Amino acid sequence: MPLSSQFINLLASILLLLAFAMLSQRRIRSLIRLFMVQGMTLAVSTAVIASTTNQSHLYYSALLTFSLKVVILPWILLRMIRQLNVEWDVETLINIPSTMLVGIAIVIVAFNLALPISHLAGTITRSTIGIAMACVLLSLLMMITRSKAISQVVGFLSMENGLFFAATSTTYGMPMVVELGVALDVLVGVLILGVFFFQIREKFESLDLRHLEKAEEE
Amino acid sequence: MSAFGLLAQFLQLFLTVLLAPLLLGWVNQCRAWLQNRQGPGIDQPYRKLRKLFQKDAVIAESASPLFRIVPYILFGAMCLAAAIVPSLATDLGFSEAADAIALVGIFALARIFMSLAAMDIGTAFGGMGARREMLVGFLAEPALLMVLFTASLISQSTSLTVIVETLAHRHFGIYPSLAFTGIAFLMVLLAENARIPVDNPASHLELTMIHEAMILEYSARHLALVEWASSIKLFAYVAMGIALFVPWGIAQAADWLGMAFALPILIVKLLVAGFGLAVIETVMAKQRIFRAPEFMGTAFLFGVLGMLVHFLLGA
Repeated sequence: MPLSSQFINLLASILLLLAFAMLSQRRIRSLIRLFMVQGMTLAVSTAVIASTTNQSHLYYSALLTFSLKVVILPWILLRMIRQLNVEWDVETLINIPSTMLVGIAIVIVAFNLALPISHLAGTITRSTIGIAMACVLLSLLMMITRSKAISQVVGFLSMENGLFFAATSTTYGMPMVVELGVALDVLVGVLILGVFFFQIREKFESLDLRHLEKAEEE
Repeated sequence: MSAFGLLAQFLQLFLTVLLAPLLLGWVNQCRAWLQNRQGPGIDQPYRKLRKLFQKDAVIAESASPLFRIVPYILFGAMCLAAAIVPSLATDLGFSEAADAIALVGIFALARIFMSLAAMDIGTAFGGMGARREMLVGFLAEPALLMVLFTASLISQSTSLTVIVETLAHRHFGIYPSLAFTGIAFLMVLLAENARIPVDNPASHLELTMIHEAMILEYSARHLALVEWASSIKLFAYVAMGIALFVPWGIAQAADWLGMAFALPILIVKLLVAGFGLAVIETVMAKQRIFRAPEFMGTAFLFGVLGMLVHFLLGA
């Protein structure tokens, strides 16, 4: 196995590890830092794939990933938690060790699902498709188990990271137009959700989304 | 079984049992240096053992015969474990008798007898320590098994000889599965040997003890054997970590020259590993006992991830 593909495999494993770390993290500030590291890993792996396969447009998407997911989004989120004054997200719906066990089951499912796809794919990164899928599902699990709005948004963003990684590893990335569109979507999405946070807190004096269920009944 | 295998076996057993307290002394000495203390010197465990062997044993009135024989069982089990783990050579006489899973069983046997002896006297601290030890043990065991299973999957065998020879002959490269299992193994090593994030070996506060609480009632030669056994256990674990994750330089097959080189290489690796342990114990704080399940759960997670990543990436 060439060294570059070993390196990509290592970065993929780190992404999987980070997904689990985010799943187990209780503090929102550390959650955002983990999201930063995830973006960094993603940017590095995209750049490595770009240099091994001579796909020059991947360099641009690596740069885009870096600027958006390591610099801009974490900055917006960190500013938001400072203004909203939320630090902890202790109330996960399932306790953390059981979430981890569910996570392991999800990884097994994702790996099995990805096996036929990776047999069909011809890219050098095809074995990492399973990991990308596992990252998407783990982020989804995080969105389900967290009750605070901000950690759900971080889960949503890391799901997008997983999707991006899946796209790079199956087909060497989406067309540039699509990538720019998704990047803009994510950025605008975070801004709009930020406005929502303030509205939710003003209405319920808490960021706990379970209050929304009660609001419906009234 | 070849003559070489038998000789290598006895040489390794002899060296392991004699050198084990030295490793413990080295770890303690490094820790003292890192904490800006002068330290007792690396031969302190030997001095302690000699002192304990010269004393008269005191045994509680309520002790059953089990209490007396447990130190010998413990010492025997740890010697057997140290004999199975390939540290000097892979072609060991006993290696056909027990594989990686049996090794985990030997550690479990020792743990059960230690806990029984701790409960035997009927003191509060003994029972508490035994319960805590079983809690940590039953969580650490699956993680250790996962680590060994990953290594077994790579080499298609549970025999430690085959595992270590396969791992030593692999191409040099990045193996994410081994990185994950390496972290899992380190966490199991810390928990099983009562090192710092889980238990504090230097603690004098009975309420926070795990391993120390179980041996509070032992004295003289019994205590010496128990302490010696736990230093052999630490040695066996470190040797197992070296054999699984940095196996280069170990003597393979009937190779006398390899044996001559294997010893200095092993000593260097042990010195580095001991220093690493001391660093970990210096920079980390002891966790609350209720955090231990989470710690071991993380170790298990790393072990399982290593195995799954091996399946997916084939590396």
